[in-house]
Amino acid sequence: MAAKTLTIDGKQISADQGATILDAATDAGITIPTLCHLDGVYDVGACRLCLVEVAGINKLLPACTTRVHEGMVIKTDSERLRKYRRMTLELLFAERNHVCAVCVANGHCELQSLAYSLGMDHVRYDYRFPKWGVDNTHTLFGMDHNRCILCMRCVRVCWHIEGAGTKNVSGRGSGSQIISDLNQPWGTSDTCTRCGKCVMACPTGALFAKGATVSEMERDRTRLEFIVTAREKKQWIA
Amino acid sequence: MDRLRVATVWLGGCSGCHMSFLDLDEFLIDLAGMIDLVYSPVIDVKEYPEEVDVCLIEGAVCNEDNLEILRRIRARTRLLVSFGDCAVTANVPAIRNQLGLRNDESVLQRAYVEGAQSNPGVPREPGIVPPLLPQVLPAHQAVHIDYFLPGCPPPADRIRTVLSQLLRGEEPHLEGEQLKFG
Repeated sequence: MAAKTLTIDGKQISADQGATILDAATDAGITIPTLCHLDGVYDVGACRLCLVEVAGINKLLPACTTRVHEGMVIKTDSERLRKYRRMTLELLFAERNHVCAVCVANGHCELQSLAYSLGMDHVRYDYRFPKWGVDNTHTLFGMDHNRCILCMRCVRVCWHIEGAGTKNVSGRGSGSQIISDLNQPWGTSDTCTRCGKCVMACPTGALFAKGATVSEMERDRTRLEFIVTAREKKQWIA
Repeated sequence: MDRLRVATVWLGGCSGCHMSFLDLDEFLIDLAGMIDLVYSPVIDVKEYPEEVDVCLIEGAVCNEDNLEILRRIRARTRLLVSFGDCAVTANVPAIRNQLGLRNDESVLQRAYVEGAQSNPGVPREPGIVPPLLPQVLPAHQAVHIDYFLPGCPPPADRIRTVLSQLLRGEEPHLEGEQLKFG
């Protein structure tokens, strides 16, 4: 595969043709904040936290879905990027009801840890306080729409790792929501295999194992890695 | 140097942030030597004084009394610190906001009428029981807030960090896990 050479944060690196900026940066030991990205599943650029500056292009581009090109000059950290990342995080918090203090994922939440690592000390926007429900009809798992950031990790693992296609998105804009099958209670889904991959993939407290209370919902991502490794490398390493 | 005139106030919160403040343990003794505590739920002062240097605000703005006192505090204080998640995000008290506008009436109806075992009726005592605001607000949506000290409650070492910075005359600055909500 042809290699491309590019510059990220002043560092000369080479990356395979077809690699994303995020792949290239990760290989070079440069960390870009991500939220909707999940190793082993294709990227959709939903959360906009991995936005980077590319010289010669005015708009910011998501590192997870932008392919590398020969001679690209990329900045992954700048005043402008920090401003937009913080804004994005604040909008995510303002859009739904993220009450960390009483959330199952408190202390194990990627949204929460990104917020503090990127210096978010408060939300400047008005909270919307929308009314969303909790789907507790499944025997093993629950879905709390209040905590959902629509990263679509659950949809992607359900379709492309498990192959069940239970999880989908309905609606538009801030009225979008994750649904099961034809927008029915999760517990009545014919296609759900109860594998739990969606729960393991969720970055926040939106999907949880029943019985978990405040701060108890810890994810075990190794289960997903196991399947991805098995598929891609034909190695069944537990 | 003049001692820093410090106040703390308890608005719509559970007092957990003040409990965490008391968790400062022996630092409280050092603190007592360095500041004048001029107003707080832990001392017996009824009226918020003038010319206060720093006030820690615990709790969300839930009722008219909270709003009135917060405005008075702003007018009489140099630096306001949102102290804990209820002041910073409105947190648990704001869960009632999910019920939509005018939820101040429906929550009282639910608690004092539907849930009452005897004497159902919403308490109305003008001048004694402050009416609820239609929406619960984080402190910075009611008045200008200078610094934020999140956490539910903020752990004692986080409070100590901010107080120490203020006492040294520095701008309070927290970073990384010190900014964790919840």
